[in-house]
Amino acid sequence: MYVGLDMGGTHTDVVLIADGRVQRYCKTPTDPEDYLHTVTRALDEVLEDVATGDVQRLNLSTTVCTNAIVTGRTSPVGLLLEPGPGLNPAGLTCGAKNFILSGAIDHRGRPTSSLVATEIEAADKELRKAAIRHLAIVGKFSTRNPEHELQIKEALSPTYDFITLGHRLSGRLNYPRRVFTAYLNSAVASIYDAFATAINAYADGRQLPVVPDILKADGGTLSLAASRSLPVETILSGPSASIMGALALAPSSRDTIILDIGGTTTDIAFLADGVPLFEPLGITLAGYPTLVRALYSYSLGLGGDSCLRVRDGRLSIGPERLGPALALGGPAPTPTDALITMGRLDLGDKGAARRGLDQLGDQLGLNTGEVANAIIKQMAGEIARQTRALLERINSRPVYTVREVLEDKKLRPEQVIVIGAPAPLLAAELEAAFGLPVVAPSLAGVANAIGAALSQPTTEITLQADTEQGFLTIPEEGIREKVQRGFNLEAARQRALAALQDRLRRLAPAAAGSELEVVEEQSFNMVSGFYTTGKNIRVKVQVKPRVSPLEGGEHNV
Amino acid sequence: MYKAKRRLGLVFFPAFDWAISPTHPEREERLLYTQDQVFEEGILDIEGIREYRPRLASTGDVERVHICVPDVQSRTTESHLIAAGGAIVAAEAVLKGEVDKAFAIIRPPGHHSFRIVHGARGFCNINMEAIMLEYIRRHYGPKRIAIVDTDCHHGDGSQDIYWHDKDTLYISLHQDGRTLFPGTGFLNEFGGPNAFGYTLNLPLPPDTGEEGFLYALEHFILPVLAEFKPDLVINSAGQDNHYTDPITNMRFSAQGYARLNDRLQPDIVVLEGGYSIEGALPYVNAGIILALAGLDYSRVREPDYTPEKVAQSPRVSEYIARLCDESYQAWQQRDTLREEYIRGKKEISRRRRIFYDTEGLMETQQETTRVCHDCGGVTWIDSRTDQGRHILAIFIPRDACPRCQEEGHALFESSQTIDYPDGVFLQDRLEDKLFKK
Ligand SMILES: [Zn+2]
Ligand SMILES: [Zn+2]
Ligand SMILES: [Zn+2]
Repeated sequence: MYVGLDMGGTHTDVVLIADGRVQRYCKTPTDPEDYLHTVTRALDEVLEDVATGDVQRLNLSTTVCTNAIVTGRTSPVGLLLEPGPGLNPAGLTCGAKNFILSGAIDHRGRPTSSLVATEIEAADKELRKAAIRHLAIVGKFSTRNPEHELQIKEALSPTYDFITLGHRLSGRLNYPRRVFTAYLNSAVASIYDAFATAINAYADGRQLPVVPDILKADGGTLSLAASRSLPVETILSGPSASIMGALALAPSSRDTIILDIGGTTTDIAFLADGVPLFEPLGITLAGYPTLVRALYSYSLGLGGDSCLRVRDGRLSIGPERLGPALALGGPAPTPTDALITMGRLDLGDKGAARRGLDQLGDQLGLNTGEVANAIIKQMAGEIARQTRALLERINSRPVYTVREVLEDKKLRPEQVIVIGAPAPLLAAELEAAFGLPVVAPSLAGVANAIGAALSQPTTEITLQADTEQGFLTIPEEGIREKVQRGFNLEAARQRALAALQDRLRRLAPAAAGSELEVVEEQSFNMVSGFYTTGKNIRVKVQVKPRVSPLEGGEHNV
Repeated sequence: MYKAKRRLGLVFFPAFDWAISPTHPEREERLLYTQDQVFEEGILDIEGIREYRPRLASTGDVERVHICVPDVQSRTTESHLIAAGGAIVAAEAVLKGEVDKAFAIIRPPGHHSFRIVHGARGFCNINMEAIMLEYIRRHYGPKRIAIVDTDCHHGDGSQDIYWHDKDTLYISLHQDGRTLFPGTGFLNEFGGPNAFGYTLNLPLPPDTGEEGFLYALEHFILPVLAEFKPDLVINSAGQDNHYTDPITNMRFSAQGYARLNDRLQPDIVVLEGGYSIEGALPYVNAGIILALAGLDYSRVREPDYTPEKVAQSPRVSEYIARLCDESYQAWQQRDTLREEYIRGKKEISRRRRIFYDTEGLMETQQETTRVCHDCGGVTWIDSRTDQGRHILAIFIPRDACPRCQEEGHALFESSQTIDYPDGVFLQDRLEDKLFKK
């Protein structure tokens, strides 16, 4: 029995899945002042009269960290940066206190200038004086050699509550993102810790046989215990839960567009040969680009509650949401009112919806039916246009090898999967706008919670070996070890996969048997004075992202 | 967060799967650490900086510039065509107004490739900048263009391609040809009879330091550019003047390259040589990118940088000052000098030997140009190699007058393939066509 909970800005959805079928689902309002209560209330509801001993998996997507960051309700962070040569680090000082330290590591992980002990001492003093409890220590190229980050930490007083070391966050190269990610991780540590502790207590109290796993933005989960040191991994997991839900409801092995149509926005995502597309580096939140791995998802300000207006004789939809539909007592007409007027949706005060549309019609010179049709057609058209623009951008992403230029691989979607409450009602217009078959699976309205329930642990690691120096590093695991001169790509692959297996065992013991895959690998001969001096090997491995499909047919709930 | 003052387009094509040979300087690893640095700096996240995907240049794009013997396909690999295509993508981003400037960080390089291509020279098969520039002119109309070549080697190929072209000012700064490949690039190489003065060479002595390069920029290049008034300025940005470069003897730095680009403000920058792939390229390229985008580059420094490494002797300073003075005067007197040079002549010929170091091949050219007051003049080259190839190549310039065009075609008609067993070629830039028989 699987339970999945997706906490959104307005609603929290929860489902219970058994025998490959959705057995029960509920939707409750999200209380932004009390996330814990929101979660426990939703779980209580879905687990009512259920033998909790049968629960094998309980996955939560939570907006605790996202919301803390967006609203600025975070802890002050002391940033200790070792930027080395390059871009002026002034643009990175997002902490409450920021220290630019001497010292540098180069692209091959060689220390090229040393740390200065007195600088660290002075920083330590000032941080303690300011009573800052949360730190982030981030060096340029620390993923290639973490020793300076570790030495800085060693040199500080042992009294801080939480310290993020940049190299543990991701093996990807991008110093500003590493800084922001480390900053955010430390900034939300305490608020997240309180949430995690309470969830643990709840699971104990209900005598659940499993500890909840937490959803990430990459369509996978990590254990509650592991998430306490990496709370930043929990941000913005909502869109990916929906994407995984769409995959479970309508499995596909083709290039596909996924639309999640909600009240305020439509999230656009893609599958390449049935596999979700990732953000190249990581997700951006509240203006901070991060290294948090995420499924690609673009949020368009167009949804069922978008405000409708006539501007310069033309109809405009969104991007604001002023409130619910007129039919539900809202202040302005919305696409939902159009759907009600068209008879596609049986909801609220139909007269109010109709009157709102008529007002728009007067300005546009259209009758009620024509206005309603025009609204839905335009909405579908705008979604299609934006989707095409995104595809164009994705398909012109740079490549770095002759082979890739010649292959010229492009994403060419053959179908559209739509989820979200109003999805089935728009299918016909979307089909016309996209010129592609549109699939609107049943239960599209709770696809997000279904995705949450069916998501499985994911993780990735990056290995970089430099046989001339005789070292390899796996930053996410804090590994730096010696290698022999004969170390090659095959050995690197094996080492990376073994390290990933260990990591998975630690982060998600239940998923130890998952399928692992190599996602990137490169091996360069290093040459000095016309002689080969060693190999520079880079390997990235991950747990293959996947979701178990649901049983076909109607879901009787 | 960072925001670029000037919008910058980047084409990054490190060709991670292409090398001349496994241990050759022009190998897979060459731009690896540059890419590491660019990625790690987060440069591609900066608002206003946009990365473009390279594409293949077409055979027609290459033939607009080169006569490849026997044909383009046998003288190039895909990597060459992508590097040329990458430069074109960068240029188009600027010409379409999508960005203010563009930098094509591509390999392999091209500035040692001449009009006629029998093979590879100085790691170059085809000339990326020239293919890019002629593409621009074909698709975006005529332009006055200045190329400032800051590679440490004399860009003899670019000089050859623009020798007869008054609309393209070619300025090369390089280590003196008496001390470095390709052994050319002296003051008296001043352009063909119809473009006399539009090729300018500044052969700098070995051990020229940061100060020397920037002096030449301020006291020679910038004043000349101010008078030439180009529509576009191109920096042919070889990075082998760097003090750590393994195959040259100069003392330039990442700061110096950045400052040079900051002052020069080229519209398009194309990477040429540079083989200190760890000690120089990551920092030089980062410096150039930041300078072009109008971002602070003052903290870009090589790990082993010291002021002594880029210092130059007073003797070198004096020498460079004299050199700049002499060159600038020649530039100013170019019209008078041309009159003396062409006085009474209908045609001007030169004979020279061109060494293809990469292939160990020697070419002998007999080149003749019609002296013309209306255009660049029709030019024909009788070219033989010591491996037995023999061709005639005829060039009708972009701005050809009717008479030069007619004479070019007449010569093509009357030339016999029995005399030129490997082909008679006519490159007609007016018609944008290559004829061969
Ligand atoms: Zn040069
Ligand atoms: Zn060079
Ligand atoms: Zn003429």
